Amino acid sequence: MSVLRLRGVTKSFGAIHALTGVDLTVERGEALGLMGDNGAGKSTLIKIIAGNFPPSAGEIAIDDETVHFARPLEARQKGIEIVYQDLALCDNLTAADNVFLGRELKTGWGPFAVLDKPAMIARSGQLFEELKSETRPRDLVRKMSGGQRQAVAIARTRLSQARLVLMDEPTAAISVRQVAEVLNLIRRMKAQGVAIILVSHRMPDVFEVCDRIVVVRRGAKVADKLTASTSPEEITGLITGAIHAA
Amino acid sequence: MPHDTAAGHAKISDVTGIAERTFGQKILASQPFWVTLALLVLSVAISLYQPSFLTSQNIANITRNFAPIGIMALGMTCVIITGGIDLSVGSIMGLVAIVAGLVLTAGHSWVLAFGLGLAAGLACGAVNGFFVAYVGMSSFVVTLGMMSIARSFAVVLSGNQMLYQFGPDAPIVKAIGQGKFPSGQPDSIFPSWIPPFSSHFWTMVLLALIVGYVLNFKTWGKHLYAVGGNEPAARMTGVNVDRIKFQAYLFSAFCASVASLLILGYSGSAINAMGQSYELRVIAAAVIGGANLMGGAGTAYGAVVGAALLEVIRNALLMAGIDSNWQGAFVGAFIILAVLIGMETRGFSLKDLMRQMFQFGKGR
Repeated sequence: MSVLRLRGVTKSFGAIHALTGVDLTVERGEALGLMGDNGAGKSTLIKIIAGNFPPSAGEIAIDDETVHFARPLEARQKGIEIVYQDLALCDNLTAADNVFLGRELKTGWGPFAVLDKPAMIARSGQLFEELKSETRPRDLVRKMSGGQRQAVAIARTRLSQARLVLMDEPTAAISVRQVAEVLNLIRRMKAQGVAIILVSHRMPDVFEVCDRIVVVRRGAKVADKLTASTSPEEITGLITGAIHAA
Repeated sequence: MPHDTAAGHAKISDVTGIAERTFGQKILASQPFWVTLALLVLSVAISLYQPSFLTSQNIANITRNFAPIGIMALGMTCVIITGGIDLSVGSIMGLVAIVAGLVLTAGHSWVLAFGLGLAAGLACGAVNGFFVAYVGMSSFVVTLGMMSIARSFAVVLSGNQMLYQFGPDAPIVKAIGQGKFPSGQPDSIFPSWIPPFSSHFWTMVLLALIVGYVLNFKTWGKHLYAVGGNEPAARMTGVNVDRIKFQAYLFSAFCASVASLLILGYSGSAINAMGQSYELRVIAAAVIGGANLMGGAGTAYGAVVGAALLEVIRNALLMAGIDSNWQGAFVGAFIILAVLIGMETRGFSLKDLMRQMFQFGKGR
């Protein structure tokens, strides 16, 4: 049973074919590296999976059950979470506030229900501990490092018990030390059985944490290889088109 | 910092310099704290110079004077937290006063008058909120338009007349606007050193407590900050951004309406010019109290203490016999100073800036 299975996913914007007949599967606890040049169709693919817009043709199945997402919320209800490139965090709020934003824990009754701050702080502290991140629930996100911000964004997905996490360039704008921290976060999510699709331009990161690498070029999937059976040179060739397909 | 350099290891918190802030540090880093301090220092300084400043009567007067500004600053703070601005509050006051005044003049009950006044104010707020939240227009533009529209309505409806013949319910309206607690009468059970605080002041205190409670303990408050902090992020996480923004403008208009009705009762008359240029005083109070015009920051306490500081400066200049035309200069200086303190508490260092400028001056 695959967490996610795409069959013949096609997306056209008017005369432009952004994606043509993409097949893709992701298993439980597997990290899939999604690579391709700018405009190759990575973002379109991610947005279709996240429910931002439906495919023009093709089928999406979650746990072997065909789904049709009209809105991102529906994808989220099926256990698909996306960690955006710009992280989508509120700088002026604490880590705990950000983890629970939009799904706050409350205590009390009816209109007099108030935020259950102790519970939210305790739960997010627990999540950071699971991720082995040095992030404190009461700290303001404004004062956090790139790695800690990633931890907050990832803790959000853990909160909802996401089964598939889509990560868009999580290591693009952070320091070397923090990249290592983020890659560790990805490993921990895998260990907990979460499936991951990692969109990245950084070859070493993809090779370090991904089990499988999929390359898209001009809207079509040109390679789907186990990381162990390929090399950065081959992937680069596939991305640029120097190698036609593998 | 005590870490073992020999082993080549430092704790992450040592490297990043991030330590969990203690309660004391949080207080010191808050702009309302420094404004409160300025308020206290100023009050003590004036009372040394002019003992009549801290008499219970003067305290009652000062708190009554700034209460309407404080009430409106509470609403304004909510709008500013979302990253918006409401320039229409002064004009809404004028419209509310005229609508209520007309109903009273026609001999209807005070309940109907206040109800219709409030409805007029809320209608203005709803229009503001609709265009800002749901149409996506700039709050500056929308509320600038409403500032003109509401004032114009007030002038037209009033026939450019002052309204003061309020019919049978005039005493009730007056009692609401001029009410005091304690009464300040010789037969009062409270000692005379307790200032006879006005109904305006108590209304402000009640509203401030409610707003403070909502901002700190309710989901609505948390979402207000989230909208101002990162609107797309709030939207993506499922916060109903449009509704929150709409409600903020509605609440701001509500506060302006309440302030208007209190002043109406106090003066026993309605003029269409009520609240003219108040929007700037209200914004100044909110900003001095720590509301950040970029959105995402502001407190109920800050709004009240900011309004108080403005009034105390005004009162102090008056008592010191300084030409009242200097008020603007002092108030303006305080606005800039308060925001500068706010920047310092958020990590900007004036000292570093000075050092840099000095070094550039030396041609480095």
